[in-house]
Amino acid sequence: MSYEFDFTDVFAAWPELLQGMLNSLVLSTLAMAIGMAVAVGGALGKTSGPKPLRLAIDGYIELIRNTPFLVQIFLIFFGLPALGIRLSSNTAALLAMVVNVGAYGIEIVRAGIESIQKGQIEAGKSLGMRPLQTFRYIILKPAIQAIYPSLTSQFILLMLNSSVCSAIAASELTAAAGDIQSRTFRSFEVYFVVTCMYMAMSVFFWSIFDGIERAFLAKPTR
Amino acid sequence: MRELGPNEILYILAAVRWTVLLSIVAFLGGSVGGVLVALARTGEIKWLRLAATGYIKVFQGTPLLMQLFLAFFAPGLFGWSVDPWSAAALGLSLHASAFLGEIWRGAIENVPVGQWEAAASLGLRYGPKMALVITPQAMRIAIPPTIGFLVQLVKGTSLASIIGFVELTRAAQVINNATFQPFKIFLLVALIYFLICWPLSAYSKRMERKLLAASR
Repeated sequence: MSYEFDFTDVFAAWPELLQGMLNSLVLSTLAMAIGMAVAVGGALGKTSGPKPLRLAIDGYIELIRNTPFLVQIFLIFFGLPALGIRLSSNTAALLAMVVNVGAYGIEIVRAGIESIQKGQIEAGKSLGMRPLQTFRYIILKPAIQAIYPSLTSQFILLMLNSSVCSAIAASELTAAAGDIQSRTFRSFEVYFVVTCMYMAMSVFFWSIFDGIERAFLAKPTR
Repeated sequence: MRELGPNEILYILAAVRWTVLLSIVAFLGGSVGGVLVALARTGEIKWLRLAATGYIKVFQGTPLLMQLFLAFFAPGLFGWSVDPWSAAALGLSLHASAFLGEIWRGAIENVPVGQWEAAASLGLRYGPKMALVITPQAMRIAIPPTIGFLVQLVKGTSLASIIGFVELTRAAQVINNATFQPFKIFLLVALIYFLICWPLSAYSKRMERKLLAASR
């Protein structure tokens, strides 16, 4: 191997990389939070809404799950202006991520709702629990236990997927990498470092989520 | 500026073959790699098991786009220059190896312990045990998630456009740059992806339900 590695230019750009990483995290967290609101609304609509609404939600889920995220971003960023809706690249990126994660979230939340059986709620009532207590101990905790693993892995997938937003030049980590590599021509070094940064974020969230699960959501062993 | 005419539509439609071909190549490459990863992950050699786990974690913990960038730039370190097609095929194959490996590991581990013991008590060695007893049963469990991953892979090929491979998404960008009809063009492209992916998703879902019903 005759290639000479040179990371100096990449490391010199650390403020840019750090800012990019921060932006990626903010973008993903924001998208997840809004996306969850969409997911809860969609799941309620799907389980107890009127038929046309249920069909519309099904259509939304299938459309999003069966088309690439990149094409969804392009439609929102390049396509919507044709309809008179002009968004900045960051807003378009956030909107695309919300629309995307919302579709996956609906199915997750719905599974959580369906994991609660009617008999358990009745059991709570017959134990003399007040409605708030029933909600807290009988509905909320088991539902969260049921959806927690899919929800947290969905967040990590979303965070990794946010790198695709660089395609419309949203300000996040991959776009920062693109800027640095076009300036320094150290393509491999830049993308290697940035890949490690994504890996570090994943490992961080894996362990945080795992810790939370063990501390608060561990099911009693039988 | 050009009009969005039949020729332009045809150019986009013709690019579908590259999306399909890239998906097939990546799926085949990923299948070979996936078998190796799954066997290493479930095998009895400790360092192989650790290596396979690490391989899976790295590909699950980094964006596919980064994997494609590295597949594009890393061969340059050895003085090989790769074209976008080879880089995309390589990157997606390695990516698929990790995910298929993890899916198939789960399927292998789902085969009841009694079956392993039965195979061992029949005196079957590792090769025949895996080929004749474990794999046929694991395959049934593995089909729905494998098809589900194939959908992810088809969608993932769109990222090859970012490293410059002219498949469906890139072809749409090229036509959009000439005609500037982004809404129509990307809607058409989304529809084409949908027509490829939706039947696969539906099939995967149906198989999963069937399997669930059979296990009750």
